[in-house]
Amino acid sequence: MGILVKNISKSYDKVTALSNISLDVKPGELFGLIGPDGAGKTTLFRILTTLLIADKGQATVAGFDVLSDYKSIRNSVGYMPGRFSLYQDLTVEENLNFFATIFGTTIAENYDLIKDIYVQIEPFKNRRAGKLSGGMKQKLALSCALIHKPKVLFLDEPTTGVDPVSRKEFWEMLKRLRQKGITILVSTPYMDEAALCDRIALIQGGKILEIDIPKAIVGHFPKPLYNISASNMYSLITSLTHYEHTYSVFPFGEFVHYTDKREAMNVEEIKSYLVQQGLTNIHIERTQPTIEDTFMELAK
Amino acid sequence: MLPIIFILPVLQLVILSNAATYEIKNITFGYVDADNSSTSGGLIERFESSMYFNVSEKFSSQKDAYTAMQDGSVDVYISIPTNFERDLQENQHNEIGVFIDAIDGSAAGVINVYANQIIRNYNKHIATDLIQVSDSVQQPSSIESIPLFWYNETLNYKTFMVPGILVLLVTMITLFLSGMNIVREKEIGTLEQINVTPIKKYQFIIGKLFPFWVLGMGLLTVGLILAKFIFNVPILGNLLLLYGYTSVYILVILGMGLFISNFTDTQQQAMFIAWFFIVIFILMSGLFTPIESMPKWAQILTEFNPIKYFVEIIRMVMLKGSGFTDIFPLAIKTLAYAIVMNGLAVWSYKKTT
Repeated sequence: MGILVKNISKSYDKVTALSNISLDVKPGELFGLIGPDGAGKTTLFRILTTLLIADKGQATVAGFDVLSDYKSIRNSVGYMPGRFSLYQDLTVEENLNFFATIFGTTIAENYDLIKDIYVQIEPFKNRRAGKLSGGMKQKLALSCALIHKPKVLFLDEPTTGVDPVSRKEFWEMLKRLRQKGITILVSTPYMDEAALCDRIALIQGGKILEIDIPKAIVGHFPKPLYNISASNMYSLITSLTHYEHTYSVFPFGEFVHYTDKREAMNVEEIKSYLVQQGLTNIHIERTQPTIEDTFMELAK
Repeated sequence: MLPIIFILPVLQLVILSNAATYEIKNITFGYVDADNSSTSGGLIERFESSMYFNVSEKFSSQKDAYTAMQDGSVDVYISIPTNFERDLQENQHNEIGVFIDAIDGSAAGVINVYANQIIRNYNKHIATDLIQVSDSVQQPSSIESIPLFWYNETLNYKTFMVPGILVLLVTMITLFLSGMNIVREKEIGTLEQINVTPIKKYQFIIGKLFPFWVLGMGLLTVGLILAKFIFNVPILGNLLLLYGYTSVYILVILGMGLFISNFTDTQQQAMFIAWFFIVIFILMSGLFTPIESMPKWAQILTEFNPIKYFVEIIRMVMLKGSGFTDIFPLAIKTLAYAIVMNGLAVWSYKKTT
């Protein structure tokens, strides 16, 4: 009763947005769709929420076919588009009431489901939705998407443009919702959020690179990874890029993530190369790869 | 927004009704009098006493008068030849020149009529003088036509224009607002959210368009009140009939608005298309120019113009007091139009993209 996607393809004129995508989200799973902008995440969401018809392939959501049973899907899914799309000139309460009414229910009937989220915005219930802050808007949108007790929840980049504290709170809310048995498909361009999902699919250029639990995906990283830092970040990166044994170099916070071409690499050798390049204060240490590293590796 | 929706049309109605008139006043008039006789002086006096003409100046030569017309300081001038009085008495007949600036063709036509009227009256006056002098021939009995203007006896342009302009305002406001409304939801993304809900197509469309229907009826009411109390336009017919017809008419316009919405992605595009149709509808509605004088193909096109029907019916009901059977042939066409337009609009509205 989760989501089943089989060989879905979709192109707009000459651009291929999705090519032969297959995935399967189990009921009650928090599934993450991780990929950069333009990877095809939103297109997949629009197909699954019956807003768009795929060129090829089949998909079912909560057991309903996206083509033949689209009406049932609209009754049983909650969708939060990437862009805030509630009525800005209605108040918080009016918006919630409006969506409850459209789904033939009331706020009172499903209040327990949204209670945790709604209490945080309840003090502003008479404020117009357009006047809320980013984090509040997102909580209201989530409340509206949940008001009819959906079986499946689609969240398209819910944390884009939201401050770090609200982002963290949001993911905690998602975990509580999963405990209530709601299947959640969430997309995000933030790799750090991927680790919070049960399973993730890495997607780029309309193709799925890999689907697995976050830990396993990290385990697929092929080479030992090193954190390197030095006095001058810019010349560190340029020096390493020109180094003959370099396999990959990516800036990562205050460090550079580095992998070597050779099976056995010599830390001292790199150090002396960097000193030779005029860098000082050099630190090199082994580190654990993250999903971002894996993504960069797979996307190569 | 609501005050704007009502205040602007009211302003338009008041301003346009006063401005959209075919009466031409304050015509600057000049003359070249080479005769300087009492007969020529009398004619010029007639012009001077007319309320339509402002006498500007006497030109010493034809050339001066021509220059003045060239730079636009005079709209019309008459040229009285030398020995005008003498020749007139000798030949019982003479000619004067009337020169009219015809940049604005319709204004020139009106000026021509006014000028001719004054000259003809003066002609009659001096003719009787001459007859008295000669006292020989019996005065010919002249045939005069006495025009009687039905339904608008004083030929008041406001009586004629106000109902038409009212139609225009009701149409413009409802078409623009309904056309932009659903597009606006597309623009701000709320339509996407709505489309994922189980709401039915007809529920959504009625929900979106009904407020504009009410608004249109409200505008008609405000306009009728203004017409009655500011412009003193007679309302002879049954108001209920007018409202009944308007309720169907607005459906046509709303259907058109929705149709435009379905084929545009931004409010700008919707506005542009709505404007395009409104301009054609207005100019071909018979509001400013009679449909009968349009070429045949244009007359056929006006059959598809909803404004034409409403302009005709509002004038019939308000000014003539026409009843249901009089407007029935026009009303039935409007109803058919409403059904076709809304059918097309609902058919082309899709919940998927």
